[in-house]
Amino acid sequence: MAGPDQATALLEQAALATVRRRAGLLPLPAPAELPEPAAWDPRPELPDAAARRLTVLLAGRSVGPANLAELLPQWLAEARSRGYRPPAALVPGLLEAARARNEVRADAVALAGPLGRWLAERNPQWRFVLRTTAAESPTDADRIWQDGLFAERVTHLTRLRRRDPAAALALLSGSWARERAEDRLLFLDALQEGLSLADEPFLEAALDDRSKSVRATAAELLAGLPASALGRRMAGRALAAVELAPDGSRLLVTPPGEVTAAMRRDGVAPDSPTGRGEQAWRLGEVLAATPLDTWTETFDLTPAQLLALPAADAADGGTLWREELHEAWARAAVRQRDTGWARVLLGPPPRADRPVRGAGAPSPWGSPRPEAGGLRPGGPSRLLAVLPPAERAGWTAAFLRSHGLGDAFQLLGACATPWTPPLSTAVVAALERAAASGAYPWSHSGVLGLTERSLAPATAPAVAALAADAAPDTAWAETFDRLARTLRFRAAMLAELAGPAAPG
Amino acid sequence: MVVEPTGPDWQCGCPGRQRPCQHVLGLLLLWSAGPEAVPGGAEPPGWAARWLTERVKSPVQSAVQSPVQGPVQGAAPADPVAAARRAERRAARVAAGAQELRLRLADRIRRGLADPGTAGEWGEVAARMVDAQAPGLAAGARELAGLTGDQQLAGIALLDLLAAAYQRVDELPEPLAATVRTRVGFTTDSAELLAGRTVRDRWLVLGSQDLPEERLTQRRIWLRGTKTGHPALLLCYAPPGRLPELALPVGRALEAELAYYPAAAPLRAVLGASYGTPEPGPLDPPPGCRVADAAADYGEAVAADPWQAAWPVVLSEAALAPGPQGWLLTDGQHALPLDPDTPEAARWLLAAVSGGHPVTVFGECGHQGFRPITAWDDAGRPTGLTAATATATATGAPV
Repeated sequence: MAGPDQATALLEQAALATVRRRAGLLPLPAPAELPEPAAWDPRPELPDAAARRLTVLLAGRSVGPANLAELLPQWLAEARSRGYRPPAALVPGLLEAARARNEVRADAVALAGPLGRWLAERNPQWRFVLRTTAAESPTDADRIWQDGLFAERVTHLTRLRRRDPAAALALLSGSWARERAEDRLLFLDALQEGLSLADEPFLEAALDDRSKSVRATAAELLAGLPASALGRRMAGRALAAVELAPDGSRLLVTPPGEVTAAMRRDGVAPDSPTGRGEQAWRLGEVLAATPLDTWTETFDLTPAQLLALPAADAADGGTLWREELHEAWARAAVRQRDTGWARVLLGPPPRADRPVRGAGAPSPWGSPRPEAGGLRPGGPSRLLAVLPPAERAGWTAAFLRSHGLGDAFQLLGACATPWTPPLSTAVVAALERAAASGAYPWSHSGVLGLTERSLAPATAPAVAALAADAAPDTAWAETFDRLARTLRFRAAMLAELAGPAAPG
Repeated sequence: MVVEPTGPDWQCGCPGRQRPCQHVLGLLLLWSAGPEAVPGGAEPPGWAARWLTERVKSPVQSAVQSPVQGPVQGAAPADPVAAARRAERRAARVAAGAQELRLRLADRIRRGLADPGTAGEWGEVAARMVDAQAPGLAAGARELAGLTGDQQLAGIALLDLLAAAYQRVDELPEPLAATVRTRVGFTTDSAELLAGRTVRDRWLVLGSQDLPEERLTQRRIWLRGTKTGHPALLLCYAPPGRLPELALPVGRALEAELAYYPAAAPLRAVLGASYGTPEPGPLDPPPGCRVADAAADYGEAVAADPWQAAWPVVLSEAALAPGPQGWLLTDGQHALPLDPDTPEAARWLLAAVSGGHPVTVFGECGHQGFRPITAWDDAGRPTGLTAATATATATGAPV
């Protein structure tokens, strides 16, 4: 370089200083104290194959067409129930999944264990973990309930309710008056679980709440407690509306004339929301909240005998009320989780040549007067949910054999997962018939999604055979192929969790 | 596909049975029409380099030949005189580029660092350096765009130092001259390197990282000779959406020959003949050093090569601790800050693997701090901290 240019001279000085500083890099003194390490986790470590599987599930990469996002919740629940500890390197991924997906949060956090808590104490993004794990001490519980976000408070109340219903009720009663109306509604919903007569005084008081929806929810909950005072009040109104003819040949119906203030307080809305007959509406509301024992005890008849009776209008003998009665009883059976009534109302599993008995409608899916939103509160799937799991699966399997997939979505959704082998077989057979009938797979996409998640993995060979038999390159071949692959994936992932000697 | 035209000899990945296949013939025809028809490139990819070296090593071969290689490698210099002339022309262009760069940098200083400058100013300088066939200077100019304050002055000063060093590269001692040429953007032919001095050792894989760049994915693989203790860095490339084919899982060891690129602080190397496949390494974490040694190692590297930004080291018994300016790695006596550019995910992965206990960590120690790349858990299993997937052993599960 010619002449000493100032800028260049400066750069040369700066370069010299920079290199001198870097070449003479000195470490800092060690901090005075180290943070407390994570608590020891006594659980056995996940088998290697299962740990690799979790890596794949968390990465969310599609392995073929199997839908990994659908399978992660199942994997987490299984791993948690087996009491494994994940490798440390997978814990951040678990916490990220828990942050992104509410439905896996509880399992992912439980699986992450003490290391997950230790990390969450250091990363504000994972603070939810500290609130998801069961409160360690009464003061923690207090803190969440006093200062937590609304969603955290609901979670906390729901978990406490599961563990100790009385404590949850006490917690809620304590701050009830200070809660906002829209929050009160969801807190009240949390009482659904573990509902008992101990909740009655609180719910009875809530019937006078400022908020209409809170009042309605309280009435709904009380209607699920047949021994409650509300049940007794409703029984009085119901027996005034329905009586047994002296000769015992039929039921005579006198619909409630008007909705009194007392009825309104007990949750009977004054106007039919759907515009269906006012009389029928009032009758249905009262009967659906009436304890079912009222009928069997008062008339000394079994549910089956009651359902067999015709019903007529007490005044003119004309209008037939039978359908309304059956529908209201179905709603009551669902609310009161009355297995005996639900079984009789559903009737035996249907055959193709015989309509389903359910809520009295000729067919449960074509109600002559559909309720708002088309949801029939006493529809077969709701009644089905009251039955024990094995019975539910058997009924649904019989239904599939006679009616096919078309109307089975809600019924299948009401069955416990994974599906029992007989139900799984019935589903596969129904899929086969649907494929043979020339229907398109996407018209059954809802059922297919359920099937991927719920079909017994042992059914995989049968599905693979279907895939092999289907005409190549058709939508059904692809559908069965994907289903078979998902089932194999599920079978493999459950086998890996069952023990380290699983085939890879 | 690779063709060695003097043999002639070839290797092609196509399944055709005809030998030579149409691809080989096509490339030879192209090349015979004129060397310019086959674009020049940096280096053959790993497999081609290996094939070439294998050929070099085989006793039938005598002289080392420069290969033709599609689609990246240029033709062999058919005419040494022409080749020398081309090299001279390029050297002159780079020297002119270096001169221009120094003027631009001095201008920037005259305006004062507080002057906001214009957006894209450094990109424009980088484009000029690309035109001057000095990709290393171009990359240095691009990096300046992200620096502020003291770091910016240091960056400008070191880039000016590099351009100045190139202007008198012929007077510098050889290893330093090689370093300067490499950093300015001259490439060395890897086949030529492998024909020279190689180091045979059992190389332990300490870390691996994929860096998606604009047009290529770069894979960096750090090794350490278990007998010599030398660190080494392998680079390989793949087009976007594909993975480089050289994959050496962390924790494995490979008996192989390496050839180092000539440099004042030799680190980057090319993989030559390997004996056997990568086998599981020792079950314990690799032996490491203390925090103070790591800082000293980096200092030595910078003393030899002023532009060395970081040096690979293994730290033993290092624990994470919160510090006033972010996280520290400490051995109880000294501490190094974590490099602020450490991705969030890597930081939490390291925290998880350590669980608050001291662990063995491999990473790069630089003037900004320590950038962790691999950590070994209490069972001695390595975890790659920089990949998207958590474990180096993770593979797609069989379905």
